Amino acid sequence: MTAHSNPLPDSTFLDSSELVLNMGPQHPSTHGVLRVILKLDGEKIIGTDCVIGYLHRGVEKIAENRTYAMFAPYVDRMDYVAAVSNGLGYCLAVEKLLHLEAPPRAQVVRVIMTELQRIASHLLWLGTHALDVGALTPLFYVMREREEIMKIFEDYCGARLTTHAFRIGGLQYEVHEGLERQVKQFCGMFLPKLDEYEELLTQNRMWVARLTNVGVLNAEQCKQYGVTGPMLRAAGVEWDLRKAQPYSGYEKYEFDIPTRQNGDTYDRYIVRMQEMRQSVRILRQAVEDIPAGPIMGKVPKVIKPPAGEVYVSIEAPKGELGYYIVSDGSTQPYRLRVRPPSYVNLQSLDCMARGALIADIVAIIGTIDIVLGEIDR
Amino acid sequence: MRRLLRKIFLIDLLEGLWVTFRNQHPKHICTEQYPAERPQMAERYRGAPRLNNHPETGETLCIACNLCAVACPENLIVVGSERNEQTRRKELTTFTYDTSRCMFCGLCEDACPVDALELTQDFELAGFSREGMIWDRQMLEEGPKPTRYKF
Repeated sequence: MTAHSNPLPDSTFLDSSELVLNMGPQHPSTHGVLRVILKLDGEKIIGTDCVIGYLHRGVEKIAENRTYAMFAPYVDRMDYVAAVSNGLGYCLAVEKLLHLEAPPRAQVVRVIMTELQRIASHLLWLGTHALDVGALTPLFYVMREREEIMKIFEDYCGARLTTHAFRIGGLQYEVHEGLERQVKQFCGMFLPKLDEYEELLTQNRMWVARLTNVGVLNAEQCKQYGVTGPMLRAAGVEWDLRKAQPYSGYEKYEFDIPTRQNGDTYDRYIVRMQEMRQSVRILRQAVEDIPAGPIMGKVPKVIKPPAGEVYVSIEAPKGELGYYIVSDGSTQPYRLRVRPPSYVNLQSLDCMARGALIADIVAIIGTIDIVLGEIDR
Repeated sequence: MRRLLRKIFLIDLLEGLWVTFRNQHPKHICTEQYPAERPQMAERYRGAPRLNNHPETGETLCIACNLCAVACPENLIVVGSERNEQTRRKELTTFTYDTSRCMFCGLCEDACPVDALELTQDFELAGFSREGMIWDRQMLEEGPKPTRYKF
């Protein structure tokens, strides 16, 4: 890797010996069971090593021993903060393998659910990231608003976190009575709350001082590392898979891609806040006209896709979430590979942390928005 | 100039404090008093499994078709059946459901052709032993009996 922002000489300051500090896996600010080995020169970080795999469950191997329909609940357990988005990606991949498309009604409901999930995921990120940096208050407010989304999920599909909301070919559950009302109510309630968070944080001098010019990753470096999602957009690249290769009817909705130029932690915060506003915009349009019709496409009882391979990626809250499935014509995938956004984004940690102060490492880990269930799989 | 004044008079911090102060109002309290007040679960909530009996005759609705066991990703359902020579139909004898391995995906419920197996609104599933988590037919028909606390 040659993309380090601050290349440092091999010898440390005054030839003092480098200090190796172990952070995690039981550290609350690593958002799970991530272990980071920090090499320090005094307060300065001169290198990081990530140790992952503490949450490895072998999800990709499990897929090879399950039928296509059976595997759908397992994808919820990868990025458990955004389970609906995972489910959508998997369903779209298998549908592409089967050469079918979900009916329009199902597509609109899928958009509503994934956008709600995006807000929920960003809210959790905001709360925990602010908590890491030292702002305790937003966490409580964020959980309160997230609860409203969880209630919608519970009413719709019967589960709050690991939802298993979508099925291959469409939906299992018909829209429950009052979904439109609930979503509209949420949109109306949520925007003032978002302003409240911004009031708490955006102008706050401590927040700004802790985040500006911390963990800078410019557009070039983002592309080198394959970083996607809000991190890439904060570096000024207008790249969103919902616009670039629309899926599930996203081309019908009007929304902007928020971008910023500096690519530091503060910009990522702004981008994610803007994204939540855009999600509300999409929700308002989607909930206005949910077309009538069937919710399930013509899916055979036993899903047996023709031999072939397929890669489908969607814009998950954390970045590009891709599913690569190889089918050998049987009822089970021959190989399933997931391209998890947080795993790829985590690779840029070393680049961002090099030369930073040890007090900033928590902010830098928080800004990547990692979920260890997805990294280890 | 405006920025400087904001900085000197700590406006940014006061704004944040005002938000915190506003949210102190009792109407913003949203803590659930869980064991004292049981939450109302959604109608579609996927919780403890139940094997339904016919409401009038009290006989089981299950036709021992084994579809739930086939649909389950974790293979945790075991259906035991016996062929009745008089009616020439399969009859349910045993039904075990391992709740310790269940992930409440609802695939068994979807697969059931007669709505015999159902995931109910009961959510208190903790137990003291692994063996106790494996529910037999009787437990599935009765459902869990959660403790009601008096406060």
